Amino acid sequence: MRRTLLRTLTGVAVAAALVGTAACAPSDKSGDSGDGSCTYKIAMMGPITGDNAGLGKPIYQAVKLAVDKHNAAKADKCVTLVQSDDKGDSAIAPGLASNLVADTNVLGVVGPAFSGPTSASGDIFEQGKLPIISASATRPDLSTKGWTTFHRTLGNDASQGPAVGKFIKESLKAEKVYLIDDTTDYGTGLSEQASAALGDTVIGLEQIQPKQTDFSAVVAKVKTAAPDVVFFAGYYNEGGPLAKQLKAGGVEATFVGPDGIKDQGFITGAAEAAEGAIVTCPCIPAEKATGTFAADYQAAFGEEAGTYAAEAFDAANVFLDGIAAGVTDRAKMLEHVKAYDKAGVSKQIKFDAQGEIDKSVIVIWTYDIKDGKIVAREEIK
Amino acid sequence: MTYLAAQADSFGDLWHNLADLTVSGLTQGSIYALIALGYTLVYGVLQLINFAHSEVFLVGTFGSIVVWGWLGYASGDGGGVPGLGMVILLLAVGVIVAALISGGTAVLIERVAYRPLRRKNAPRLIFLITAIGASVAIAEFVGVLTDRKPVGVPALVSPTTQWQIDPRDIGLDIQPVNITNLQIGIVLSAVLMWFALDSFLNRTKFGLGIRSVAQNEDTAALMGVNKDRVIMLTFLLGGLAAGVAAVLYNLKIGTVTFNIGFLLGLKAFTAAVLGGIGNLRGALLGGLLLGLAENWGAGFFGSEWMNAVAFVVLIVILMFRPTGLLGDSLGRARA
Amino acid sequence: MSAPEKVRPATFVSKVKAADAKRAAAVSGFRDRWSDLPKIWRILAAVAGIALLFGLPNIAIPGIPFRTDEIPNGTSFSFVLSSIAIYVLVAIGLNVVVGMAGLLDLGYIGFYAVGAYTVAIFGSPNSIVATEYPWLVCVPIAIALTMVSGVILGMPTLRLRGDYLAIVTLGFGEIIRLIAVNSAVTNGQRGIPVIPAPDKGLVEETFFPVGDFRSHYWLALVLIIIVVFAVRRLEHSRVGRSWLAIREDEDAASLMGVEAFKFKLWAFAIGAAIGGLSGALFASRTGFINSDGFNLLLSVMFVAAIVLGGQGNILGVTLGTVLVFYLPERFRFLEDKRELVFGVALIVIMVLRPQGLWPSRRRARELKDRKLEAKEAIVSG
Repeated sequence: MRRTLLRTLTGVAVAAALVGTAACAPSDKSGDSGDGSCTYKIAMMGPITGDNAGLGKPIYQAVKLAVDKHNAAKADKCVTLVQSDDKGDSAIAPGLASNLVADTNVLGVVGPAFSGPTSASGDIFEQGKLPIISASATRPDLSTKGWTTFHRTLGNDASQGPAVGKFIKESLKAEKVYLIDDTTDYGTGLSEQASAALGDTVIGLEQIQPKQTDFSAVVAKVKTAAPDVVFFAGYYNEGGPLAKQLKAGGVEATFVGPDGIKDQGFITGAAEAAEGAIVTCPCIPAEKATGTFAADYQAAFGEEAGTYAAEAFDAANVFLDGIAAGVTDRAKMLEHVKAYDKAGVSKQIKFDAQGEIDKSVIVIWTYDIKDGKIVAREEIK
Repeated sequence: MTYLAAQADSFGDLWHNLADLTVSGLTQGSIYALIALGYTLVYGVLQLINFAHSEVFLVGTFGSIVVWGWLGYASGDGGGVPGLGMVILLLAVGVIVAALISGGTAVLIERVAYRPLRRKNAPRLIFLITAIGASVAIAEFVGVLTDRKPVGVPALVSPTTQWQIDPRDIGLDIQPVNITNLQIGIVLSAVLMWFALDSFLNRTKFGLGIRSVAQNEDTAALMGVNKDRVIMLTFLLGGLAAGVAAVLYNLKIGTVTFNIGFLLGLKAFTAAVLGGIGNLRGALLGGLLLGLAENWGAGFFGSEWMNAVAFVVLIVILMFRPTGLLGDSLGRARA
Repeated sequence: MSAPEKVRPATFVSKVKAADAKRAAAVSGFRDRWSDLPKIWRILAAVAGIALLFGLPNIAIPGIPFRTDEIPNGTSFSFVLSSIAIYVLVAIGLNVVVGMAGLLDLGYIGFYAVGAYTVAIFGSPNSIVATEYPWLVCVPIAIALTMVSGVILGMPTLRLRGDYLAIVTLGFGEIIRLIAVNSAVTNGQRGIPVIPAPDKGLVEETFFPVGDFRSHYWLALVLIIIVVFAVRRLEHSRVGRSWLAIREDEDAASLMGVEAFKFKLWAFAIGAAIGGLSGALFASRTGFINSDGFNLLLSVMFVAAIVLGGQGNILGVTLGTVLVFYLPERFRFLEDKRELVFGVALIVIMVLRPQGLWPSRRRARELKDRKLEAKEAIVSG
């Protein structure tokens, strides 16, 4: 009997040792964005694994790029990057938020990437007075919940939707517009806003599902309606195949999509059907941006900067500029963020009282897809 | 809202688009049917839902894309559609490679996740769990390899209209439909593949072996049938069909992501149950019917309810005819 | 191919098997000794165990980093604990259906969703009805509604057996999810925010402060203890024995006078009610729910968790759930390979121990019998 007990205890000890070493292994590695001696931290919160990882990765990489640049330039005020993987799931986000709040060295959070997790964890950040800057959550009501800590570096659906409507009506001179959204809150928000702006020209609305791959029923309906323009409010994962299948089904309408499809993934998905598609985005073209973000990103990660990468880079730099200027606590950081007014790579970064990008600096651009590249077309004024 | 007026007449909507929805439903249904064959074969022999079959299909889609890439045809290189001879060659290579990879994966799953359990005569629920494990592992493996990004399929076939059917000629107010070469090809390939499998099962010695194990495995073993080999063959056949489905899917959809398997597998399984699981003809019928039901349902209720329609149909069918439309059991129905 | 059964020298596999058999013997030996202990000792040990569970959020052991907030990129430990406690409650409910009555329900998450949405809709000021009932009022409504939905699903489907039942319930779960995504009542992916804390409106100073999830964990723990108690009583009553008989052989049970349909329906309704209760806890803990949280894969994961742990045995089920939902949080350093490792681990464990890690005795015996039958079949074949 004693021997069994002894053996069990040994087993437990071995297991504990294993867990212990396993835990130590990664912490040695985390030094690559600033060595262990860096006091202050900023966090990136968004999906790194799971179905939505494709959208989180460019954001994470852009933040990492910003942090690495900062650490190279200011070794004495170096910053550790914390990666909070919420899988885009609002049921996971609050725990991560509360953990970030508990660590007083965390001075800012880039994210949460999605509106759902932001809704679920906003109260926690607010209670911990930890400033957050999302690079991608566009649901309009996030800024009206009374959170002083919430900011975002891109226009919300309410700013992009009307501009899209105006563009389709005035520049494309469309008389019949078909709306398709993907039932995500991003997609429905945009399609509602665009629909309001487009008025009578909307001849139909269809909703598809995230992860849907076969759009034949939608194609059939759109074809019968014979619109001039199809506006798809959603992300590139569904947008690519949808554009491809619309064209294959004989729909001749111009395909227009929002920033959610401004990604090489859309071109991969749509292939030749991407040619002539138009993307609207509350971001300025890379060639008009100051600095070398696009080239640096390409050099660091061997791929083109994806959706929201530029916004995330800007968001990270807001915090990093603060730390470089000597901010050492959250209250000061919040003041710094509120007062920030500087040119970023996606746009001028300046927040209004609710944490939205200042209305006066929001620009919405359209982009053409030509020869498999996304090239700037015009600004919607 | 303004679009509500346009949406007012759902039935008119459905009727108007009926021809188009029917054609696309049949095309979609053909792919379900091919995947359903794999579920049905395995179920017929082992009475086991091979939950990982969706991933057998998934590796087929990626396998064919990779081999086309090696041959110099990748998505978005702007080369346009290659010549007819080249297309036939590429398709043939793609189908063979996808079928082999899918078949190989199916056999591998059987060896690693099922055979040890069969030795222990474990309850079927345990098989379900290892199947889920295999499914997650394979999908995630592909996800890690592809960076979880969509992968494009090279443009091998550009859909061109072969026939136009205009119901207005006979006085029906239905929009005309253009049937493309791709749609014809997909439906034909599915029927051909089904026919080949059906003949294999009914006309060859191997098929006889499978049917005998499906009927009564112990008796079959007594008569000298090598059970393990028969089961492996069953998985292989299902995998081959899934490989063919994978290439057709590639041509039809044009992009693949690591997580497409789950839902598609679920639909294909639904199709198999709908037709009567364990029954090859049932899989074909179930696939086509499910495709139609989904598309008509989407036409009537809107696309966001497409999957719901599929599952409601399933539940209704099972309530009134629990063994599916054509009855179950590979052994009995075909004996 | 060679003959299926070859005599092989002691290979790795056979060694592992032998070691496993030894461990199994040790476990059952431990179990016998446990039941031989005087009753007072057992009660004391159980009380100590429960006390340890209650203290868990405040315990840290230097050198054994089991807390998820001690690791880089970690998450709040009390949040993870509360999640696990809620999931354990789900698993206990599912165990009634799967483990005790032997009904394979793959759409169980549907009941969890019904419970969560009931609390959200009746409790939140932002829902369509905005009744703002306190949590304690919402919970009985949630339980009643889930029981009704369990009966509604059960009535037509419980005539089906085995795999057919599995696929029908899977379809049901998916339909519930689609309703959550598409209907205006549930507000789709935008979800319902401001779901009340369990004591909102009852006390001046809430026990459930924002960002601190310990009280949620303790509440869940209390409910688990109550539910476990109730389920155990049920298991050893006429109802439990009827379930057992149905699980073993439904036809024989019916012949012996067990009203199979009635008791299966009871299993469904009771399981559903527990699922609804855990959903209610979940909604209140997270404070925000949307349609993302209820996908089918989660449903499948629960079945995996209870089979992994050892179906039929409440402690085993708990162990399985803890492993399935704790390990991915603890092993965050595996990053995007976490799920891959999980899948492989699931296969390995189930192949080595098909009875689960900690099966109920009866189940373990059943499996042994089956194994012997298989051996005989091979010998005679």
